[in-house]
Amino acid sequence: MHAHATMSAISAHEAAPRQEEVFVTLSVADQLCGIPVLAVRDVLGPQAITRIPLAPREVAGSLNLRGRIVTAIDLRCRLCLPPAPAETAQMSIVAEQAGELYALLVDQVSEVLSLPLRQFEANPPTLPQEWARFSTGVYRLQGRLMAVLDVGHLLALSTEPA
Amino acid sequence: MDDLLSDFLTETNESLAEADLALVKLEQEPQDAPTLSLIFRLVHTIKGTCGFLGLPRLERVAHAAENVLGRVRDGVLPVTPDLVTAILSSLDRIKLIVAGLASNGVEPDGSDADLILNLEAVSEGKTQQAPATSVATQPPAPPPTAPPHTAPPHTAPKPTSQEETPSVPAEAPPEPPPPPPAIEIPPAAEAQAPEQALAGQTIRVGVDVIENLMTLVSELVLTRNQLLQQARSQENSGFTGPLQRLSHITSDLQEGVMKTRMQPIGNAWNKLPRIVRDLARELGKKIELTMLGAETELDRQVLELIKDPLTHMVRNSGDHGLETTAERRAVGKPETGRITLNAFHEGGHIVIEIADDGRGLPIDRIKSKVLSKGLATEADLAAMSDEAIQRFIFRAGFSTAAAVTAVSGRGVGMDVVKTNIERIGGTIELKSRPGEGTVFTIKIPLTLAIVSALIVQAGAERFAIPQISVVELVRAREAGLAAANDDRETVTSVVERINGTPVLRLRDRLLPLVSLDDLLRLREPAHQHTSTAALAAGNTKADGTLTIIVAKVGASHVGLIVDRVFDTEEIVVKPVAPVLRHISMFSGNTILGDGSVIMILDPSGIARASGIAGASDGRHGGPATPTTLTGEAHTDKTAMLLFRVGASDIKAVPLGLVARLENIAQDRVETAAGLPVTQYRGRLMRLVPMSGHLDTTKPHQAVLVFTDSNTGIGGDRRMGLIVEEIVDVVEDTMNIELSGRREGVLGTAIIAGRATDVIDTSFWLTQAQPDWFDKPADVADGGSHRARLLVVEDSDFFRQMIVPVLQAAGYEVIGVSDAARALALRDNGQMFQAVISDIEMPGMDGLGFVRAIRAQGAWSNLPVIALSGRVSERDIDRGREAGFTDYVGKFSQEALLASLRQCLAQGVTQGGAHPPYPEAPSLRMVA
Repeated sequence: MHAHATMSAISAHEAAPRQEEVFVTLSVADQLCGIPVLAVRDVLGPQAITRIPLAPREVAGSLNLRGRIVTAIDLRCRLCLPPAPAETAQMSIVAEQAGELYALLVDQVSEVLSLPLRQFEANPPTLPQEWARFSTGVYRLQGRLMAVLDVGHLLALSTEPA
Repeated sequence: MDDLLSDFLTETNESLAEADLALVKLEQEPQDAPTLSLIFRLVHTIKGTCGFLGLPRLERVAHAAENVLGRVRDGVLPVTPDLVTAILSSLDRIKLIVAGLASNGVEPDGSDADLILNLEAVSEGKTQQAPATSVATQPPAPPPTAPPHTAPPHTAPKPTSQEETPSVPAEAPPEPPPPPPAIEIPPAAEAQAPEQALAGQTIRVGVDVIENLMTLVSELVLTRNQLLQQARSQENSGFTGPLQRLSHITSDLQEGVMKTRMQPIGNAWNKLPRIVRDLARELGKKIELTMLGAETELDRQVLELIKDPLTHMVRNSGDHGLETTAERRAVGKPETGRITLNAFHEGGHIVIEIADDGRGLPIDRIKSKVLSKGLATEADLAAMSDEAIQRFIFRAGFSTAAAVTAVSGRGVGMDVVKTNIERIGGTIELKSRPGEGTVFTIKIPLTLAIVSALIVQAGAERFAIPQISVVELVRAREAGLAAANDDRETVTSVVERINGTPVLRLRDRLLPLVSLDDLLRLREPAHQHTSTAALAAGNTKADGTLTIIVAKVGASHVGLIVDRVFDTEEIVVKPVAPVLRHISMFSGNTILGDGSVIMILDPSGIARASGIAGASDGRHGGPATPTTLTGEAHTDKTAMLLFRVGASDIKAVPLGLVARLENIAQDRVETAAGLPVTQYRGRLMRLVPMSGHLDTTKPHQAVLVFTDSNTGIGGDRRMGLIVEEIVDVVEDTMNIELSGRREGVLGTAIIAGRATDVIDTSFWLTQAQPDWFDKPADVADGGSHRARLLVVEDSDFFRQMIVPVLQAAGYEVIGVSDAARALALRDNGQMFQAVISDIEMPGMDGLGFVRAIRAQGAWSNLPVIALSGRVSERDIDRGREAGFTDYVGKFSQEALLASLRQCLAQGVTQGGAHPPYPEAPSLRMVA
């Protein structure tokens, strides 16, 4: 059954001429994640973030990126993880959605990896619902798994107030 | 083609497209009043402009369409698909004519009689099926003479072949007559060459490109500033020279980019001389237009938006403001009326003054209009300053022009102007002196992109509040708090509480207060839910003071409690991210000079969110009645005066029953026969403290004055009810639950969201004067004839209110709750001298009831007075048609009494089926 899932995932990607995909890797609550590099506009160090009262819970606030106002989304909150310890200097990954800029707050941004598509696998069926919603699949790296995050899904926030 | 015409064409095409869309929307949602009024205004604008450009054909079509829309707006006609079709077909016709106009510079020939007939039929409510498609086949009635526009000779390029022939049509027409023009237009329209020639060296650039440039430049300025700051701390760095140059270039760049958006206001004025000239000719007046400060620059976007309001106002000044030449001569003024436009910069704003030296606004006409429209009661007006009354001209549906003319008089004038100006963050004020003229002062921001904002802090966050909505900053202290500071001169305002809700008494006006902390939930979650009790406690400083920002929301004010006020700063307003748009408290966000992001507060959103929008309208600017665009008063809403008795007990009384509100100084309260009295208007007035005892320690007593008549004859009785404090006037739906007899309380109603006791005025009146409701001893005929009245009113509350008022006036009154009961009385042979009936009643309504009375029986000749919350002209007409003798607004007790006197007096002269009664049974005789 596993094998079958893998096969279909691979065949889906084989249509593309490229054999590799490039990811910006990041960690959130010690989980390694990747975001396709083409979806990333900027990587920012710790920023001054203005809280927005009455905003949805996931919205950490807004920040100034070279004169543009960017809405910061707390990735931990989005993934239903506990809030980051107070001393964490969170970094952000800026992505664009429908002409608007969003910054995903993460614990740490690490290197950019080019990964062979054959290492891509579908989400394990046991993956918690919160993750499965935002992850398109996983990569097997040496010794650890990297979840591929679906930026479009992450940024599609409902406007329900917190 | 002249500029005026080409501008008109562009505008009209835009309006038409908008109207098309709106009509389709209206068809789907026939109750959508804003859409309806949008369409109405669009068509009205087209009509108005046509009139001035001398385009009679367009004007006639637009006028007919507007008539239909007007009747829909008044609620006479329902929105049906047929009606929408009729309007759409008139829009199509307008488009056709406009297309012809665009290609030839003159209105194409043709008749619109069929279309107009159809519209008139629709307007009269006939669902005539005359399909719009038959229009084109109709043969055109008029021979191909030149189009009948002669008066305004605009320099249109003299036209194509088609027009040359008809110039000599009187002679033998050799050729066959040209085909029906209505059909010929479309090809002409197609052939219309885009003759919007490129004038001069300009290019069109999208606003977003410039916006983007502005953003980048702002950011560049910021970066430059940071660099300069760092360079200052480093001596002798090689950067100094280049940095200086960078700095200069940046400044120039900023200025340049700003300039791309700026235009002299003269561009918006260049049509005016022509319009004024035409107007002068049309009205037979001599008008001189002076324009000052035409070079004053402002943002192009703003310019576009104020163009039409300005034109409208200048036209108004000429039409209504200036007298005719003869009138001016008669009062010794120069024959030539003067309209002066003056524009200048003032503190980040552009001020535009439109002044005339005419007759000034007629206060009396405005008053009578206000009363007839039911926008305010006589008592409201009496309490208002002349300025407040004049401001009624800004209300929707208000117009003092007696007749509906092509120029004005539909009441879409000044309210549109005001709406347009307020939409761009501007304000409009007026000053008028009888006989000397009127000055309108418009204050608008220089640009929409940059606004001046006050930066404040609440909780740990900073916010910006647009300066234009900030009225003042007030420091206040909590009532009962920090008593030691009482002698401090600086803190004179006191925050008081009504049921735990804080209000600020500021120069004897009550201001609702909102704590930003609470509203935006800025406190830690643990504190959030205890907020009502501890409200504002968190904002209170160590010395017990609060910082309150008084912000303007429409016509009313709201106080925002903040922790700290910083400085004002020029900010670039940017829209918030889509995920935050549902938060109505913010109108945008921005980046401050220090680079941090900050949210911009929207005072009207805040007022809405805290449920206080417009609630205190009655205090300033105008009465609380929010007139809907349909011009109908709210049937079941009643203005209630809220006041406090004792520490926290809020009570209410219908505002209409209270003659005046007074603040009587303690030293004017005297004692006569052991009871408190005061001299009021030259006579003694008994004072009744509602709480049971008089608190003589207060410097002033808040007093509600009740009189039983305001006829001015002088025999009226007065009583002053002393309350702790007058709280507010609110307009609310009245659902009163009558209480089991509690002395002095009629019942309980939910007013402004709180259960509030409504006092029984009759009880308190008898407290002052036990014989208040007894007939005065010297009434005519020794009291043998008391006019007997029947009151039919379904609401227990209103019945309980009206009956004592009538009894107090000396009538004998029977009240019943519905028409069926009333008719049963008739059938039992009961006789009255007059019937007073509500209109809106369950079962048989007032109209049905009066028809039933008139149809047969002993009452058929009785005067029947309608008593209703709706007092629009249409309602009155309907009432009269049904058979009502008179029509009176609810709670206008003077009007009711006056009407009764009149009706009963007429009964005497007519010598009808009922015996004669002395008019005004009690009150006149007392006099």
